[in-house]
Amino acid sequence: MMIWILAALVGMGALAWGFRFAGQQVTGQKPVFRDMPFGVAYGYVLAGFAACCLVWAYYQGHSSDPLVANKFFFLRIGIEGFIIFAIAAWLFRLAGRNVGTAWTKKLFRAMPLTAAFGILIILIYAVLAIFAGALAPYGQEQIIPGVAANITPGGDPALGGNPDFPLGTDQIGRDILSRLIYGAQNTVGIAFATTLLAFFLGGAFGFLAATFGGWLDQILSRMVDVLMAIPSLIFALLLMTIASVWAPRLGVPLTVFMVVIIAVIDSTRVFRLSRAVGQNIVVMDYIEAAKLRGEGLGYLIFREILPNATAPLLAEFGLRFCFVFLTIAALSFLGVGIQPPLADWGTMVRDLSSFVNYAQFAPMAATAPLLAAGAIALLTVAVNFVVDWMLHKSSGLKE
Amino acid sequence: MDNVLKIIMQRLALGLLTLLVVSVVIFVAVNMLPGDFAQAILGQGATAESVAAIRRDLGLDQSLFTRYFDWLGGVVQGDFGTSFASANAANFSGTNSGVTTVAQQIAPRFANTMFLAAVTAVIAVPVSITLGILAALYRNSLFDRATNIFTLSSISSPEFFLAYVLILFLAVVNPIFPSLSNIYEGMAFSERLNKSMLPALVLTLVVTAHMMRMTRAAIINLLASPYIEMARLKGISPMRVIVKHALPNALAPIINVVALNLAYLITGVVVVEVVFVYPGIGQLFVDSVKLRDIPVVQACCLIFAAAYILLNLTADIMSILSNPRLRHPK
Amino acid sequence: MTETLLKMRGVQIEGRSDETWNPIINGVDLTLARGEVLGLIGESGAGKSTLGLAAMGYTRDGVRVSGGSVEFDGIDLLAASAAVKRDLLGKRIAYVAQSAAASFNPAHRLIDQHVEGPTQHNVMSRAESEADGIELYRKLRLPNPDEIGFRYPHQVSGGQLQRAMTAMAMSCRPDLIVFDEPTTALDVTTQIEVLSAIRDIVEQFGTAAIYITHDLAVVAQMADRIKVLLRGDEVETADTRTMLNAPQKEYTKSLWAVRSFERPAKPAIATGAVPAISIQNVDAAYGTTPVLHDVSFDMHAGRTVAVVGESGSGKSTTARCITGLLPPKSGQILLDGEPLPLNYKKRSKDQLRQVQMIYQMADTALNPRMSIGKIIGRPVQFYLGLTGAEKRKRVDQLLEQIELDPAEYYNRLPSELSGGQKQRVGIARALAAEPKFIICDEVTSALDQLVAEGILRLLAKLQDELSLSYMFITHDLATVRAIADEVVVMKDGRVVEQGAKHDMFKPPHHPYTDLLLSSVPEMDPDWLSNLLEQRGVDNIGDAAVDKM
Repeated sequence: MMIWILAALVGMGALAWGFRFAGQQVTGQKPVFRDMPFGVAYGYVLAGFAACCLVWAYYQGHSSDPLVANKFFFLRIGIEGFIIFAIAAWLFRLAGRNVGTAWTKKLFRAMPLTAAFGILIILIYAVLAIFAGALAPYGQEQIIPGVAANITPGGDPALGGNPDFPLGTDQIGRDILSRLIYGAQNTVGIAFATTLLAFFLGGAFGFLAATFGGWLDQILSRMVDVLMAIPSLIFALLLMTIASVWAPRLGVPLTVFMVVIIAVIDSTRVFRLSRAVGQNIVVMDYIEAAKLRGEGLGYLIFREILPNATAPLLAEFGLRFCFVFLTIAALSFLGVGIQPPLADWGTMVRDLSSFVNYAQFAPMAATAPLLAAGAIALLTVAVNFVVDWMLHKSSGLKE
Repeated sequence: MDNVLKIIMQRLALGLLTLLVVSVVIFVAVNMLPGDFAQAILGQGATAESVAAIRRDLGLDQSLFTRYFDWLGGVVQGDFGTSFASANAANFSGTNSGVTTVAQQIAPRFANTMFLAAVTAVIAVPVSITLGILAALYRNSLFDRATNIFTLSSISSPEFFLAYVLILFLAVVNPIFPSLSNIYEGMAFSERLNKSMLPALVLTLVVTAHMMRMTRAAIINLLASPYIEMARLKGISPMRVIVKHALPNALAPIINVVALNLAYLITGVVVVEVVFVYPGIGQLFVDSVKLRDIPVVQACCLIFAAAYILLNLTADIMSILSNPRLRHPK
Repeated sequence: MTETLLKMRGVQIEGRSDETWNPIINGVDLTLARGEVLGLIGESGAGKSTLGLAAMGYTRDGVRVSGGSVEFDGIDLLAASAAVKRDLLGKRIAYVAQSAAASFNPAHRLIDQHVEGPTQHNVMSRAESEADGIELYRKLRLPNPDEIGFRYPHQVSGGQLQRAMTAMAMSCRPDLIVFDEPTTALDVTTQIEVLSAIRDIVEQFGTAAIYITHDLAVVAQMADRIKVLLRGDEVETADTRTMLNAPQKEYTKSLWAVRSFERPAKPAIATGAVPAISIQNVDAAYGTTPVLHDVSFDMHAGRTVAVVGESGSGKSTTARCITGLLPPKSGQILLDGEPLPLNYKKRSKDQLRQVQMIYQMADTALNPRMSIGKIIGRPVQFYLGLTGAEKRKRVDQLLEQIELDPAEYYNRLPSELSGGQKQRVGIARALAAEPKFIICDEVTSALDQLVAEGILRLLAKLQDELSLSYMFITHDLATVRAIADEVVVMKDGRVVEQGAKHDMFKPPHHPYTDLLLSSVPEMDPDWLSNLLEQRGVDNIGDAAVDKM
């Protein structure tokens, strides 16, 4: 086995040398090939090899032998999904370039495909979350009698599916599609509210610390240092344990506790950033000029500092949202986050996770838990793509 | 050198102080629980006498202040108290033989978690630094863009998604590794490695992406500096520019990244351990949270925080040592 | 001996911004003979550095050569492979960068960086190159030449680093060295030391050089020939003496004329007149580090006091004491004879209004998110209580005073203005408060000479119209000559000498003032040689300062 791998690597090395040599001869010593290091040529060959493997695997997924087809089913779906998303993002960007105001047209013109993909996904999620009640065929808590644990998606009766439930039903007979759609409302909505709260807390204290400095800054910063010394997921779990005892006694839903706990823990990160951004702005001469003019604190913060801090804060909002969203999903997955009967993606993954083991025989059945987990991943990936683009854009502007 | 020594001692003292304050925070948080431990151990039907007896045994009739220092004194000697769950079980059976201390419970699991973290680090650190340097060297190339998309995706995916995808491909569809990591004491090393491979791979995916991106950013940041341009204008080969001129100055940020991610490995493993039923400290922590086994939760929390602070401290000190301005003062 | 070393023909260079390529250099020719020194001058944005780097066959990221040819000793640099270029760079063509502190790698010792070129290019062994490096340090008159190479860059001062970098460039005895503004970041007294060292060594080895700078007087000392660039185009090229005495083009003439601006002398101050601002026996400290010692001087209405000194002399700290940002430890500050509260927070709105400030960096002095109208309108509303149409009218009036068209500029953001225009807005913001006294902190040092002259003329005009009192902080004696009525010389937080300008520029001087004055390069190509002859190599620069 090792010998074969070694031989393949050496063979590719020879191929790389040949590739570069051929390129030099054909293009007549164009700088691209002439100055190409061997490592780069090797990289091209490796990439070509990987592409060939993918194409081969994709066609295996269409094999008439069900065993082989099942084996490559997920790879096939993955490749198809990737291509479909890429085309959708491209079309979306094309539309954006031709429709809308001059400003949005300009924005779309300089946008990479990943960012267009991110914006498209965020828009879809927003629509799903806002109109969940109208879009979902069943209620999120509705148990439909007699259809429990029919997790065969596709609704094809020949395969054991039920056309009324395109994604099947879970163990106690709730429609998975409806729960996924409601999940958008619950999971995303709660994460959004938590992030807003975290920003309000962290931002307010951060700018105060930056503007005032002195003892207030010292006290707040030391407090944040201590809170940040405890890993956030661990701290959240500890506090959730305590909250789970208090919640029934006080008659407050546990979810409210969760929102406050995560917001407080996360606000420490927002505090650090807004303090740093604030301090960078506070040392500017225009702030000194405003201070010497005799301006009050309110004018300084709202007119001079905040307008200059929006770009980094907006990017940070995206990142923090992802983080909060993932923390909530993890807590729910561990069973201490959003509580049933609210539909929630993290909980759904945990409940449906055992179906993954059917993948070898009934690949469709294994998609159920992956759909919920994938829904979480898709949104965070989308937000991160957009944030990455925003950061890239703002760093480019500085140069 | 005295100057550096002084700074390092300061950092150490600060780290110790932070740990002390953190222990106070954890202790106070836990004591915010309504009712008390005795009630929790014995359940609702306990008689007043037995509750009082347990309270005396556990020292719960003392003030919060005394109890904190008792607890801290124990912790310093490696005594984290007695697990409720086991105390309860012992109480139920009427014997005292089943009582295990928290330390006994944690020790083997801590070793398991460290093993998992070590396997991950051995794979992830060299891979991510190499990839980071390559991406910086060929920035804005197709390779750079592809790795950017890939790493961004794997950072932003929840760990359980990556875990189930890997289970799907590497355990179910192609049975290469087992999907359950039932590790026990006295297992052969190769088998242990085989069973820890999937969780280690999931962690590697997450951590590598992070480390690679930050290594790339650190190096690109440096490549824009005038002394790199100077080196190029001296006719030095691109590889030597990176290795001789950029890397020594990128050490501090890279060490920081590695330490941060190792800290993550020890503390952020909770979800991964749960998915693979890996008998590590994270799994124990989640179980104890569900059982409200307070002494265990408290101890795990402190251990996680200590590991986190220690690694950050190490990063801090290493980057001080790698700074020529501090090593060679004027 | 007129063998051509470097030949650039019709070189066109473009830079990338906003996804499009914009021209930086539009077809410039350049010819350099062996052993010749060519001065390349122009304002910022003229493309001097880009052209200098292109002469080495190098472009920065986001810049490309789009046309023309660069031929070095018969080798076509634009078509040469990366390997061929690498072999030339460092060995036959070397570079000296503007900021030596940033261009030395902080992780390695000077000598290790010095020997890297010779050993990598297989010119010398490590030991040979080390010995040669020490020899070069000695030739460049670095202190402790035997040891200085074994230090790290942060342990060596800026002027010394610049000379060590010149030594590094010399390490392979190249045929051509490109000097990119090597003395711009240095104080005048240090600059002269570096200039003389560079000139000597280039002469000694017969190295050809391209000397890039924006300072005419500096280039006059260094170059055999001068080429003037303006926005990527060549204006003219001529022999140094011809260029200085008989410039042909309008632009060159205007550059030369800048240094002739000088205000007429004003009558002496009437005895008994109350100064607008009077600083009396001020001591100040940052934390426990004392920075000002017993500073006293007066500033009168309608007159300009220039405060001169090198970096770290306490000029800006004095300004911070006056504004109240750094309350003095002792002493007092009088406004119209009335003591001002030392901390600005304790001053009344009217007291704050009377003292205004104009900053060095117009970029950081204007809020990038506010329109020009808002920036100027705020003090109008805040101090004078004008709103609506009245406010707008006053702002328009102020914009006209600073010679910007209100209709065009009222709604613009600072980023849509040039450097000089931004500085004008800074002036308008100060004027809007209708103050008695304005502190101008190095207001022209970030600007090109022509633009700076415009600002100086504007400030002079406003002073005559409004009878303002200026405190003009600067390190540039040419600016002092142009605008000051009185001069205060500071060194190490103390006032060394003060008096009327016309007395100050006449001997006898305090030895430090004398050193400062004599270190300012003049437009005479023989100035440096004469000065060295007069004072001797050991009585210039930091060495001379240390003797005081």
